[in-house]
Amino acid sequence: MQALSEQAQPIKPLPDSKPLSLHALSRKILPWTIPILIIVFWQLGSSLNLIDSSVLPGPIAVLQTMVSDLASGKLERNMAISMYRAVTGFIIGGSIGFILALASGLSKTLRLLLDSSVQMLRNIPHLALIPLLIIWLGVGEGSKIALVAVGVLFPIYINTFHGLTTVDPELIEMGRSYQLSKWQQFTKILLPGALPSILVGVRYALGVMWTTLIVSETIASSSGIGYMSTNAQNFMDMSTIIMCIVIYALLGKLSDVVAKSLENSLLTWQQAGRSQQ
Amino acid sequence: MTASALLDVKDVNKYYGDAHVLRDIDLQIQRGEFVALVGQSGGGKSTLLRLIAGLEDTTTGELRQDGHAISGLNPDSRVMFQNDRLLPWLTVKENLAFADKSKSADADADQLLQRVELTEFANAYPAALSGGQRQRVALARALMAKPELLLLDEPLGALDALTRRKMQDLILQLWTERKMTVVLVTHDVNEAVRMASRIFVVAEHEIVQTYENPTECPRSDEDIAPLAQKVLDTIVNN
Repeated sequence: MQALSEQAQPIKPLPDSKPLSLHALSRKILPWTIPILIIVFWQLGSSLNLIDSSVLPGPIAVLQTMVSDLASGKLERNMAISMYRAVTGFIIGGSIGFILALASGLSKTLRLLLDSSVQMLRNIPHLALIPLLIIWLGVGEGSKIALVAVGVLFPIYINTFHGLTTVDPELIEMGRSYQLSKWQQFTKILLPGALPSILVGVRYALGVMWTTLIVSETIASSSGIGYMSTNAQNFMDMSTIIMCIVIYALLGKLSDVVAKSLENSLLTWQQAGRSQQ
Repeated sequence: MTASALLDVKDVNKYYGDAHVLRDIDLQIQRGEFVALVGQSGGGKSTLLRLIAGLEDTTTGELRQDGHAISGLNPDSRVMFQNDRLLPWLTVKENLAFADKSKSADADADQLLQRVELTEFANAYPAALSGGQRQRVALARALMAKPELLLLDEPLGALDALTRRKMQDLILQLWTERKMTVVLVTHDVNEAVRMASRIFVVAEHEIVQTYENPTECPRSDEDIAPLAQKVLDTIVNN
């Protein structure tokens, strides 16, 4: 009888680790090169009076505005209300989208009942609902949260539904042949199998969440980052407008980091596959 | 049905629409026996195996295991498929224990991993394993429930010749140790004759011939050559 000596090929270390660390360093620096260069040239242009500060104030002026607004508590207060609207809308819309997708993805009857209606509704640009939501819910928190919720609902629905319905049928059959209960089939095969697609939906929905919030706070609001920006426009306060745009960019980046960390912690098995390629 | 027969297949027919994919199948498999269903692709071997596993229903006829009609999934059998069907998001050990709720699942998984020489890969994901290693995990997973009947659906078809031979030896060892009944579906005549004590030749959707293997395990290439030639001739002539 032959021994089962077949082994996976170990990954050989590189003979010299120096080029690898340089490579790793450049991978960390490269993504920041363009933003840093833009800021440097922007400040240079502003300091040398090549850019009119009433049209575009320099980064240092924007930073000073940010420090003063933080010191007065104005920025903190408006950021908190924007975060509240974004997170609440995301949780409500994401949950509804996820539950609808579960219903459509797991039951053929509910799919027939729900999917075509949801697909029809998702083609309506959700920002077109602003007038309707303001009439229905007023200019308070309800309309803004509802708009964010509608915006994130569809990406979560589409990607969760797609994930659930494209799980390898051979794995589902294997689970059946191993006598898994319906609940076990869901928790051990369908949900983990759909997770990569669900997380793509979460990432996309986070982007939609900020876009929707900006629009809703710009149109009808008396608080939030969008309001700060619109209010600053009335006073031609360019530093505050730019500061608001930068804050949105930073919040967007933060969302992306959160989404990426979720992927890294929940999809470790995919990385195991990639490291073998 | 004889006293020690584990599986009794009686007048089984299977249709997919108008296609008659299994025709009047009658066979009995004794407890502890290792049998092979051999024939060309598309002959109906895998369909018969799926009927025994309860993954599909017969159109007419009856299947009985231990005297009980197989209706729905067959709880006393486990299938090892051609592609390993491991869950990529579970580690090797989790793949073994995923369907086992018993307290001994962890210890059983460790023992089986040791038996298939994959202990060091217990915490690895399937993507990190070679094809042969993945099939060893699939085999160990099928054995976790200590099935009375092990159904092998061309499980070695995608492996290279050397790995295939090692897997054949491993399956035969485990069959001897665990005294289980094995049904192997394969289109490889040598594999069927090397492993099985009885060979059913399936052609044109029916069993056209049954051969008893005159030699005992382990069987050398010389031992199997005469019977392999007969089986091959039967397949070619049908």
